[in-house]
Amino acid sequence: MSMHQRRLDLKNGCVDLSHGAGGRAMAQLISGLFHEAFGNEWLARGNDQSAFDVAAGRMVMTTDGYVVSPLFFPGGNIGSLAVHGTVNDIAMAGARPLYLSASFIIEEGFRFADLRLIADAMGKAAREAGIAIITGDTKVVERGKADGVFISTAGVGVLPEGLDLSADKARPGDRVLLSGSLGDHGVAIMSKRQNLTFDTEIVSDSASLHGLVAAMVAAGGQGIRLMRDPTRGGLAATMNEIAQQSNLGFRLQEEAIPVKPAVAAACELLGLDPLHVANEGKLVAVVAPEAAAAVLAVMKAHPLGRDAADIGEAVADDHRFVQMATSFGGGRIVDWLSGEQLPRIC
Amino acid sequence: MKYADEFRDKELAVGLARAIRAKADPARAYRFMEFCGGHTHAIARYGLEDMLPDNVRMIHGPGCPVCVLPAGRIDMAIALAERPEIILCVYGDLMRVPGSRGSSLLRAKARGADIRMVYSTLDAIALAEQNPGREVVFFAIGFETTTPPTAVMIRAAEKKQLANFSVFCNHVLTPPAMRAILDSDTPIEIDGFVGPAHVSTVIGTEPYAPFARDDGKPVVIAGFEPLDMMQAILMLIEQVNDGRHEVENQYRRAVNGSGNQRAIREVAEIFELRDQFEWRGLGSIPASALKLRPAFAHLDAELRFAMAELVVADNPACECPAILRGLKKPVDCKLFGTACTPETPIGSCMVSSEGACAAHWTYGRFRDHQRRLAS
Repeated sequence: MSMHQRRLDLKNGCVDLSHGAGGRAMAQLISGLFHEAFGNEWLARGNDQSAFDVAAGRMVMTTDGYVVSPLFFPGGNIGSLAVHGTVNDIAMAGARPLYLSASFIIEEGFRFADLRLIADAMGKAAREAGIAIITGDTKVVERGKADGVFISTAGVGVLPEGLDLSADKARPGDRVLLSGSLGDHGVAIMSKRQNLTFDTEIVSDSASLHGLVAAMVAAGGQGIRLMRDPTRGGLAATMNEIAQQSNLGFRLQEEAIPVKPAVAAACELLGLDPLHVANEGKLVAVVAPEAAAAVLAVMKAHPLGRDAADIGEAVADDHRFVQMATSFGGGRIVDWLSGEQLPRIC
Repeated sequence: MKYADEFRDKELAVGLARAIRAKADPARAYRFMEFCGGHTHAIARYGLEDMLPDNVRMIHGPGCPVCVLPAGRIDMAIALAERPEIILCVYGDLMRVPGSRGSSLLRAKARGADIRMVYSTLDAIALAEQNPGREVVFFAIGFETTTPPTAVMIRAAEKKQLANFSVFCNHVLTPPAMRAILDSDTPIEIDGFVGPAHVSTVIGTEPYAPFARDDGKPVVIAGFEPLDMMQAILMLIEQVNDGRHEVENQYRRAVNGSGNQRAIREVAEIFELRDQFEWRGLGSIPASALKLRPAFAHLDAELRFAMAELVVADNPACECPAILRGLKKPVDCKLFGTACTPETPIGSCMVSSEGACAAHWTYGRFRDHQRRLAS
C-alpha cells in the first residue's frame, strides 16, 4: 500500500463501491478495519486463504448467514452474533471450535463507524471464545441492494475422541436439560424493531456455548445423546426436530421451563409463546437418565448455565408428539410455529 | 407476572375442576360454546379440556375475526395492494389467510405488492405521513374490540388532514353472529355460551340479553385467563342445573352492563351497518358488519379506489360451517390434518391459531391419539 494514501475516515466516512472493487480502497478497508479488529497471525500474512494444522481425529464444519435487523440490539450486534452463532453450531456437536471465516456483503453508504463497531464486536467475541477469524471476504453492493451489512461465516472445530452426538441415539426415559431462560434474544430484537419499540431491560442472551459444552461433555461423556441450540423457532421447533429425528415423543413440564418475567410480559403483550421465541445463548441436551444429574450440576456451576433445568423426558411415541404438562394442570402439544413469527432474527 | 399469574393459579384451578366435577350431572351432557377465539386459545394453551369431565364439552365458536374473513375480502385486498401507488397496512395474522386459488397477502407481498405489517393503527398514520407520494390503506379487521382503535385512527387522519390515507373496513359484530348460529336451519346442540371478554368491555352485557331471554340459552361473560374460563363453565353448569337462562358476568373486573359509552358513541358517529356481510363458514349475515358513514366516504378505500366486491365460495368439502355451529368436531372433517393444516389452511377454523381446528391441531391432537389407544 502506498504511504501517501489518505487514511480511512473511520469517524465520518462510509463505504462506497470502490471498497468492494478489488483496488486500493478495498485493501485499505480490509487492513485498516478488519485486520485491526480481528488481529491474528493468519490475516497478517494477507493471503487469499489461510493454512492451519489438521488435528488428529474428526473435524466438524458449519456455515451460517446473518441478516439480523436491527444490526445493533441490546446485548450485541450482528458481528458478535455471527461469531456466537457459528461457534455454537460447532459446539452442539460437542466439538471444540478452532477457526472461522467471515464474508461481508456491505451496502454502499454504510458508515465506517458502524462497520468498525461490528468488526470490533466480532474480534472481541472471537478472542473470548479462544478462536480466530482466519480468512474473509468483502463485497459492496449498490444502495438498496442489501440492508446495511450481511455476514456469512464458516467454522471448523475438532471433536473429542469417541464423541458422536446424534438425535438417533436418544432413548425413551432420557432427560431433557435446558441451559437457561427462553426468549431473551427474540424479545431483545423485537424491542428495537421499527413499529414495535418498547422499553425492556432484557438483553440478548447471545453467547458462545462451547465452554459450557466442554464441561458437560467432561461430566456426561457418552451419556449425552445430543445437543441443540434453540435459535429460530425457539425450543418448540428444536424439540420437534429432535422428535422427528429420534423417532420419539417428548413430555415437557411447563413449570420447569425458565422464562424471565420481562420476557413473559413482552410475549403476553405481543401474543407470542416464549417457546417459539429465538435464543442465541441457550442449549438443550438430551441426556441418559443415569448421567442427567451430573450433567445438570456442571451446567448450573457454569456462568452460562446458572438457570439450567431438567424440563422433561423422552417417551416412546410413534406420532413423535412433543407434549407439555401446563403449569395450570392440563396438557397440550408443543407444535412448530406456523409461518414466520418475526423475520430476520439472526 | 403480576395480574396474570393470579388468574393462572394451579391450586385454584384444581379446586374449580373439583367443583365442576361435583356439579356436573353425570346423567346429562353439557355443551357450551365459547364464542371468542381468545377463549379457544386459553382452552388449548392451558389444556383446560383435560380438567373437565367427559360430559362437559366445549364447542369452539366463530369469534376469531381473522378466521371468519371470507376469501373474497382477501382477494379484494390483494387486488388493491397490487396497485403500484398503494401501501397496504395489515395486522400480522392476516398475512397467511387464504384468498382464492392459493393466494394470500404473504404471497402477494413476495410478488412485489407493498404490504406492511403494523402493530397499531397509529403506525399506519405514521406511514401515511412518511410517504406523501403514496396511498396508504389500513386493512381494518376485528370485532367490537378493535373498532374503537380504527375510529381513533380515522379521527387522527381527519385532524392531520391526511390526503393519502384510507381504510378498507371489515369490522364485524358479535351479536348478529351469535344470532346466526342460533337461527341456523340445522338444529344446534348448545346448552349455553361463554360470552366474549374484550368485546364485552366495549359493548357491555346488555346486547346478550335476547339470547338468554328469547332463546333460553345461559350466557356467562368471561375473561380470557384460564381461571376465568373455569369459573364461567362452573357458572354455566349451575344455570343449566337450576333451569335458569340468564346473562351473568364473570368478568366483572373489566365488564359492566352498558359497556364503554365513549367508545360506543365514537364508533356510532363514524360507522354504520352494512345490509349484509359475508362470513367465512357462516355465509351472508344481515346487519353483521360496519362500513364508514357517508361523511367519511373520502376515507373509505372501497369507494376511493372503486374496489369491486368479490365473493368466493368456500371449499365444499370443508366442514367449518358445521364445526362453527357445534355440529361437528375438527376430526370429523376429512380435510382436517390432510389437505388442511396450519401451514395450508383451507377453512376458517384452521386459519388463525384461535380457530377451532388450528387450536385442536396445534394443542389438542394428541388426545385423539390417546383416546384411540384407550379404546
